[in-house]
Amino acid sequence: MTMATNETEETGGRNDSEPLISTEVTSSETGRGSRADETVLETRNLDVYYGDEQALQDVSAEIPEHKVTAIIGPSGCGKSTFLRSINRMNDQIDVARADGEVLFHEKNVYDEDVDPVALRRKIGQVFQKPNPFPKSIRDNVAYGLKIQGKEVTDEAIERALKQAALYEEVKDKLNSSGLDLSGGQQQRLCIARAIAPDPEVLLMDEPTSALDPVAASKIEDLISELAREYTVVIVTHNMQQAARISDKTAVFLTGGKLVEFGNTNKIFENPDHQEVEDYITGKFG
Amino acid sequence: MSLDTGSDLLSDVDLTWVKRKELLFHVLLFSAAMFGVAMLALLIFDILIETAYGVLILGIDVGTFLTSGASRTWEQAGLLPAIIGSIWLVFLTLILSFVLGVSTATYLEEYAPRNRTTRLIEANLTNLAGVPSVAYGLLALGVFVNGFRMGEILLAGALALSLLVVPIVIVASQEALRAVPDGMRNGSLATGATRWQTIRGVVIPSALPGIVTGTILALARAIGETAPLIMVGAVLEARSTPDPTSLFGSMPTMIYYWAFRPVTEFHNLAALAILVLLIILVGMYGLAFFVRNHYETRV
Repeated sequence: MTMATNETEETGGRNDSEPLISTEVTSSETGRGSRADETVLETRNLDVYYGDEQALQDVSAEIPEHKVTAIIGPSGCGKSTFLRSINRMNDQIDVARADGEVLFHEKNVYDEDVDPVALRRKIGQVFQKPNPFPKSIRDNVAYGLKIQGKEVTDEAIERALKQAALYEEVKDKLNSSGLDLSGGQQQRLCIARAIAPDPEVLLMDEPTSALDPVAASKIEDLISELAREYTVVIVTHNMQQAARISDKTAVFLTGGKLVEFGNTNKIFENPDHQEVEDYITGKFG
Repeated sequence: MSLDTGSDLLSDVDLTWVKRKELLFHVLLFSAAMFGVAMLALLIFDILIETAYGVLILGIDVGTFLTSGASRTWEQAGLLPAIIGSIWLVFLTLILSFVLGVSTATYLEEYAPRNRTTRLIEANLTNLAGVPSVAYGLLALGVFVNGFRMGEILLAGALALSLLVVPIVIVASQEALRAVPDGMRNGSLATGATRWQTIRGVVIPSALPGIVTGTILALARAIGETAPLIMVGAVLEARSTPDPTSLFGSMPTMIYYWAFRPVTEFHNLAALAILVLLIILVGMYGLAFFVRNHYETRV
């Protein structure tokens, strides 16, 4: 089945031809460069511990608005931890503890007066394994609107499903269960569910790793589209994916250290650190 | 390279003894499985013989039996008030044990910290499921009938049965809640739901088929209970249709009473009553399986 909405959009390799001079990507091909590169999220000296074990060490990074920021690194390097510390999903883990700051529009999300529920209404998340609720497709998409007390309209549901490039495939069966969809469709349903209440940031934790290559490439196409409206932070273990879809790349290496963070083409073509080059060229990790 | 045929190639493998052991265990396990089936078949056979004798030889009128109350003469005796009593008991027990059981299970699974106190509560609940039903009857007699001065009413009986089945409902609900993948909880929380919104909107709906199945199976046990009802003062000879605030009888207490009457015709009435009870039980189990098969595949 082909998708109606995304086919016109150029997808891969947009960064390959760019010069390595500026520190900020001005990606004219996606039209994203027209916006100012404002920092939405910033971490300052972020340490995260699980009990006695340190999962993140002194991570400082600035994540620009309306860009795709990829987080790559070997297993167990803390990429998912980094993502979960942004929307405080780590609060769900009893032994998890964070030091340092995560600034969302310059407000530290770990401040006493920040309610993680309110934070997550601004920062949505898509998980590795598609996790639609055992409800109809419509109710899945409406879920966020409903719990946030927003009005559930057919237009809002249609808009979210279109943004997630799922609408054409499901428009005739909005009342059937979300669990009857294929894995790739389920993941796009979860994306629709996450963006329906219109968050500012969308965190994606290896959203394609549980999917077959065709379904994965649909999601990849979609991510470039989503960056028009949302700031996307995506964890991936697939370096080609990071190179294809992201504007910025953060490389975490063993021990939860952020070794290098910069423009994707710079990281993949001429990284500053030998370790990063070794990782990217497959010498370890 | 040799060109051995298959049989030559495997000739040094002797499986005789292993095969014998295989067969032995197969037979042993099958016998164990059949033991329960055989006993149930024997019970049903016995009841059917007694019932058939009562209906065909003695001439018990099934219509009268199902529409009238207890009587001193076996020709006019019926089960209706006892059936109504049992239905009331199951209905009230369902509500009480479902609310109490699901709330407790939700607290333990979704809210309670994983510490010693929680483990102690859980261990206690598991043990409560093994307490003899008479003990719950005595507890209900002490607390509700005498303590709260309810009197020997149907509601007190329902409370006794609720105490009996609530641990079972809790354990079944806990298992159902535990089976809900954490991914769903995270999906909801990450959308900006509070914990309660997540539980009400996602977790409990996902766990509901399991909870309902467990509750129905627990109720099927409650409907056959006799001892706690006798303890709280159930009327053995249920003559008039009860309501929650009246004296009451139930099917098991009626069976109990008839089975000990010296007039042997009453024993055939008891057999017929057991048959009615079994049919209702099978219906409840059928409902449980329907709920499970119909909804659980969706999750």
